[in-house]
Amino acid sequence: MRKYSVFAVAREALRGHKGWGPQWASPEPRKDYDVIIIGGGGHGLGAAYYLAKEHGITNVAVLEKGWIGGGNTGRNTTIIRSNYLYEESMDIYEHSLKLWENLSQDLNYNVMYSPRGVMMLSHNIHDQQSFKRHINANRLYGIDNEWLTPEQAKAYCPPLDIAKNARYPINGAALQRRGGTARHDAVAWGYARGASDRGVHIIQNCEVTGIRRDENGHVTGVDTNRGFIGAKKIGVSAAGHSSVLMEMAGVRVPLQSQPLQALVSEPLKPIFPCVVMSNSVHAYISQSDKGEFVIGAGTDQYNSYSQTGGLQIITHTLDAICELFPMFRRVKMMRQWGGIVDVTQDRSPIQGVTPVPGLFLNAGWGTGGFKATPGSANLFAHLIAKGEPHRLSAGLTLDRFRTGRLIDEAAAAAVAH
Amino acid sequence: MLLIYCPYCEEERSELEFRGAGDAHIARPDNIADITDEEFEEYFFLRQNPKGLIFERWRHIHGCGRFFNAARDTVSDRFYTTYKAGEPKPDVAAILNGERDKGAAR
Ligand SMILES: [Zn+2]
Repeated sequence: MRKYSVFAVAREALRGHKGWGPQWASPEPRKDYDVIIIGGGGHGLGAAYYLAKEHGITNVAVLEKGWIGGGNTGRNTTIIRSNYLYEESMDIYEHSLKLWENLSQDLNYNVMYSPRGVMMLSHNIHDQQSFKRHINANRLYGIDNEWLTPEQAKAYCPPLDIAKNARYPINGAALQRRGGTARHDAVAWGYARGASDRGVHIIQNCEVTGIRRDENGHVTGVDTNRGFIGAKKIGVSAAGHSSVLMEMAGVRVPLQSQPLQALVSEPLKPIFPCVVMSNSVHAYISQSDKGEFVIGAGTDQYNSYSQTGGLQIITHTLDAICELFPMFRRVKMMRQWGGIVDVTQDRSPIQGVTPVPGLFLNAGWGTGGFKATPGSANLFAHLIAKGEPHRLSAGLTLDRFRTGRLIDEAAAAAVAH
Repeated sequence: MLLIYCPYCEEERSELEFRGAGDAHIARPDNIADITDEEFEEYFFLRQNPKGLIFERWRHIHGCGRFFNAARDTVSDRFYTTYKAGEPKPDVAAILNGERDKGAAR
């Protein structure tokens, strides 16, 4: 692998940029692998990368039915934070945030992690009580999160309207300064390049149509549109399609797939310095380095795989944005899209073993999977390599819906992620 | 946004008038205190999530207020039919065949 550096850029500049090769190989699939990961998003590619890098398992294939990073990895609003309420959540999201901080150096790939701060707006006494509970829980656990007065919030994000007579008055905000954004495509590409360089096969346009098992129930491989591919272990990391894949192995999972929408505006000069979220009015917004406002809306109320979503959902979010930031009322929106998110009833992810030997599941990241990418991938690799979860993801089991050990971030008012 | 036919109002109305209410045809066990953890998980947490035909509940919350069921495709979001609460699952294959016959007659 060519190492990327300022010298490489200078050398290529002198040679007309003719020396840049492909970032990852596209080999023909082998007959069998030690590990197959289904789903070539950030979580799956990252898991392959860490399997090779940290566990020495390189006979690995990542099967992607479309193109890598073309699913939710390329469709989210790139928000990164770790200020969740419960220890199980804080463990994995903080593990992830720590990996984000050094990810560009680790991958030798600029993922443009920008700790510009994530500010969550409080509009009423209930928000305030909930946020302060989060702040206290986070600080006791060693995670930064702080309470801002409305004036401090306005100083941190000048476009914010804190007028007392605003439609959605603001009585304070919670700020995680280490939170921020990163470039989603670069995360997929960087992991793909790092994994491919260590011998992992990345196979695109390869849709899994069946999961085969032997007489003891252990997985033996997958049927695909490119034929059967054998595997000793299979990791499912397919976001909205995880339940469809698990059904192929005869496992029902407590996941519901729903469209989640996002949209971007025309590019503007830098005006918006941080990420702002409002759970109560359901809006979140940041400004990309290209200058576009990146805006996240809510999920539709019905199950769907259509990758679209209703117009009333995004107009509701834009109504709220226009009230919170009156100066943006005449900004034009350029593009809108949907991704299919897999949501659990307690709004916490599932990462763990399944009733099928050799089959591992990483799913249920719902509306907030991007921020978890490095941490989830890192711990999923551990799970697949060792056959049992790492301490940091040990609570995210599939069987918690039977045992009752839920991680109820839904009840903790984490509406938007 | 979906257009949904309420079988009680007998009218197609905008999705804004309706509230999705999840999986249809779920019966609460009569002996809820006696069932096993597995059975409770099945009843309480496990839901259909098919890529294709789904049977789901809706409530006409800003209309007649009543619950009814629908058969819908989760890829195209097309409604095959809606039907009143308590009625059995409709035969969607028959509905599609009927449409094909009509098309042929035309
Ligand atoms: Zn009605």
